[in-house]
Amino acid sequence: MSKLLETLIGGLSQGGVYALIALGYTMVYGIAKMLNFAHGDIIMVGGYTIMVFFYQTGMPIVALLAAIVVCIAVGLLTERLAYRPLRGASPLAVLITAIGVSSLLQSLTQLIFGTASSMVIVNTFGTIKIGSLVVEVSTLITLFSAAAVMLALTLFVNKTKTGKAMLAVSEDQGAAKLMGIGVNRVIAITFAVGSALAALAGYFSLLKSPSVSITMGSLPGIKAFTAAVIGGIGSIPGAMLGGILLGVIETACNAAGLANWTLAIEFAVLIVILLVRPTGLLGKKRREKV
Amino acid sequence: MTATATQPETAKKTSWFSYVKSSFKPKNYVSYAVLALLIAFFLIFGKSFKQTNVLMLEKISYSVIAALSLSLVVGFLGELSLGQAGFMCLGAYLGGYFQTYVYGAFSQSLPLLSLLLTMLLGGFFAALAGLIIGLPALRLKGDYLAIVTLAFGEIVKVVFRNLKTFGAEKGMETVRYSSSSLYIIGFFAVLFTLAVIRNFIKSKHGRAVTAIRDNEIAARAMGVNVTYYKLVVFVLSAFFAGVAGVLFSNANYTIKSISFDYNYSIDILVMVVLGGMGSLNGTMLSAALITFLNAKLSTVLTGDLAALQKLVYALVLVLIVIYNNAPKLKTFREKYNLRRLREKLSAALHRLIFKKHPAEDPAAEKPDAADWSNIPTKVPMDAILSTDFTPDAVTDEDKPDKPERNEPHENAEAKQ
Amino acid sequence: MNEYILETKNLGISFGGLKAAENVNLRVKKGALYGLIGPNGAGKTTVFNMLTGVYKPTEGEFYLDGENLTGLDQAAICKKGVARTFQNIRLFNNMSVIKNVLISLANHPEYKCNLFQSVFRTKRFYETEKAMRNEAKEILNVFGLLGERNLLSCSLSYGKQRKLEIARAIATRPKLLLLDEPAAGMNPQETEELMQTIELIRERFRATILLIEHDMKLVSGICEEVTVLEFGKTLAQGETKEVLSRHEVVKAYLGED
Repeated sequence: MSKLLETLIGGLSQGGVYALIALGYTMVYGIAKMLNFAHGDIIMVGGYTIMVFFYQTGMPIVALLAAIVVCIAVGLLTERLAYRPLRGASPLAVLITAIGVSSLLQSLTQLIFGTASSMVIVNTFGTIKIGSLVVEVSTLITLFSAAAVMLALTLFVNKTKTGKAMLAVSEDQGAAKLMGIGVNRVIAITFAVGSALAALAGYFSLLKSPSVSITMGSLPGIKAFTAAVIGGIGSIPGAMLGGILLGVIETACNAAGLANWTLAIEFAVLIVILLVRPTGLLGKKRREKV
Repeated sequence: MTATATQPETAKKTSWFSYVKSSFKPKNYVSYAVLALLIAFFLIFGKSFKQTNVLMLEKISYSVIAALSLSLVVGFLGELSLGQAGFMCLGAYLGGYFQTYVYGAFSQSLPLLSLLLTMLLGGFFAALAGLIIGLPALRLKGDYLAIVTLAFGEIVKVVFRNLKTFGAEKGMETVRYSSSSLYIIGFFAVLFTLAVIRNFIKSKHGRAVTAIRDNEIAARAMGVNVTYYKLVVFVLSAFFAGVAGVLFSNANYTIKSISFDYNYSIDILVMVVLGGMGSLNGTMLSAALITFLNAKLSTVLTGDLAALQKLVYALVLVLIVIYNNAPKLKTFREKYNLRRLREKLSAALHRLIFKKHPAEDPAAEKPDAADWSNIPTKVPMDAILSTDFTPDAVTDEDKPDKPERNEPHENAEAKQ
Repeated sequence: MNEYILETKNLGISFGGLKAAENVNLRVKKGALYGLIGPNGAGKTTVFNMLTGVYKPTEGEFYLDGENLTGLDQAAICKKGVARTFQNIRLFNNMSVIKNVLISLANHPEYKCNLFQSVFRTKRFYETEKAMRNEAKEILNVFGLLGERNLLSCSLSYGKQRKLEIARAIATRPKLLLLDEPAAGMNPQETEELMQTIELIRERFRATILLIEHDMKLVSGICEEVTVLEFGKTLAQGETKEVLSRHEVVKAYLGED
């Protein structure tokens, strides 16, 4: 029983990290109508920034803040240079560009830091015993911080003026423009928020496995992307739901000794869900007007 | 009824050959001729090739086939498939399995026949997978289809990595075809692939596929069976990816599923995009060039410098896509592009050789107006409907939405 | 033989409880020019979308030449003989003008040429390809687009794009041609010319035409009969002049006085 609970908590916490990344995918998709394939690599950028600043200052919190700043800068830069010129172009072109940007970020980092992965032990929190449960403190921190961030984000989108502008742009870009909303600014803010979340996710993945590498963002990126699609891409609650679902599936598979098959199972779930509900669990149906 | 209106007098039997002759345009056969010359060159001088070059030619042959197969989906159907490596993986593993372990002895005695059979078999298995995944997945479009194909490719990879029959993580040992002739067979396969894909594209079926790319709604309204054609393209593309996979397994002693990961699919995609979407010659050229450069650069750029190569590809990819698609660069594009350069060059060449100006574009069909029954029109048709808006001004986005084209319940609210 | 080429019986559709169109009863005589009019949001394009299979009607049926086509998909309905143009032009932009027309010709039985024959270039392929091109040229000639047949369709002027769209629809050899606001964006004089063109198309290709239009001058000029829709319901129906002078129709257009 306690084993089951431990697995569940682990799954929720892992799911929280996926949800943070998935939020980045889903917000950008909802608002800029593009799949930002390079989003996973922002995590990697965050990971390396944390490494550099942690070794320089020794203070995890400084490293985390620095990572958030750098990730936002990188996010904004890619948006401005690569995606904005393609606004209004075919979705295929934008998607391919995003793939190119992903590859660009990886190779740039590789040129600077080399191929080898390096260890970064930012924080060690140890474990805590609750009754018969043995849980890592970092898992709990991840879980609660992710929940807090998601709550804050939901409030931000629904209550603030900027958040409402985001909703308006996602509903109808043309109409939002006519209503005096600066579409470019809103999209830039979305990228900034998404990148900041990715930096956070980078920190949490370092808590879980303390090593940075060029491809550290690829797999979580693809998985979070899967999570976003499962939940219904473009939907914020959908991204949370999808992320947590995926995290639980993953931890459950690992606990059941199917670690080698985890990826295949997750993708199979994705395919099945998409076939049953082509727009994901909570996604809105968009009908092309005739 | 309109078709029967004018039956040309040439209703008398026309032979197949005379049709071929009358539709023959040298321009369309340049790539075949180049490939044939290359093969002839290999057959004559191949014996003196260095081993490294032979290996590179093998690589080029299957990369070109893989790129051609993907270009069918991306360039002509306009959908993104990120699972091409998955189809190659299926072809390589299943084809290689049969070739090595099922009819192994036969592969020893009649290697060529066995290889050809394996290529068909590998292609068949990949095509079958294409059908199975395509049947449900093609209900999805754009980004969703891309992610499902990506997922498919990863699933295939994971399955082969875990199955003991296929050597699990150590990989599967397969027949290594004699390296002195594999690349020649590979280039024959390229020729065959090109011919099939080009003939498909340049038929009414291919036109239907490009119509779906351009405007799916209009294509449906004009009677195009969209699902059928998407499936045909998907299956055909998977077949040739499978063939490329068989060549891959025959060029290696052991195959590992990790070689066919998502990054490999992206590499193939880069070849297609850089070659120019919808251009088969461009795709072949860029696939060959990239494979060549990869092979050459990997000996120069070692260690961490290898990233430099990836960096350049990524940059070129992004720049080319922006150049080709950015709405703001439209006029720039029309001014400076390869086609114009080529036209200028060929005109200059023509002047140089024939000392006279080139005749009009040979591709343009000659208007044979005498054949057409002249319909007396009350109004000159050209004068009608000539409000000259630029076509750009009337795209869906720009035209103010009329309520009736929205979801109907919004109209009712608006009415109240 | 049926007197009516198109007959709809209580045709209707609802989206999530809201009725976008209900009890639409159209009877279009063979060879007629029939108008479908009504204020914005009345459900005219919705009716077109049902008749071409874009939407499946939730109530009622429609018959083309006595054959029930309700519930068929778009391609099947097109093959049965219903073709349409779109309110906002939808051409195959990256294809040449002649290829736009060739797409519509591909389904005719005399141009049957399967995948194998196409890929391996049998004689059948060359025969059908040549015959198709001949017919396409013939149609383009009628529309005065023959000279531009090798241009990309997106490079045509707005007016010619509209013409090409009609030509493309005609190439499916429709029994019934649906024109969705053909005069949108035209000045009165051009509309006048369009009226004559539509007449001409009708004579030349013997298709029955059902058209949606806002321009009352065009409607009263060429349509023999009209149906007026409002809020998805039929407001009036009958001979054009008579219907257009009815009090409720004027009210629907101009509002209460």
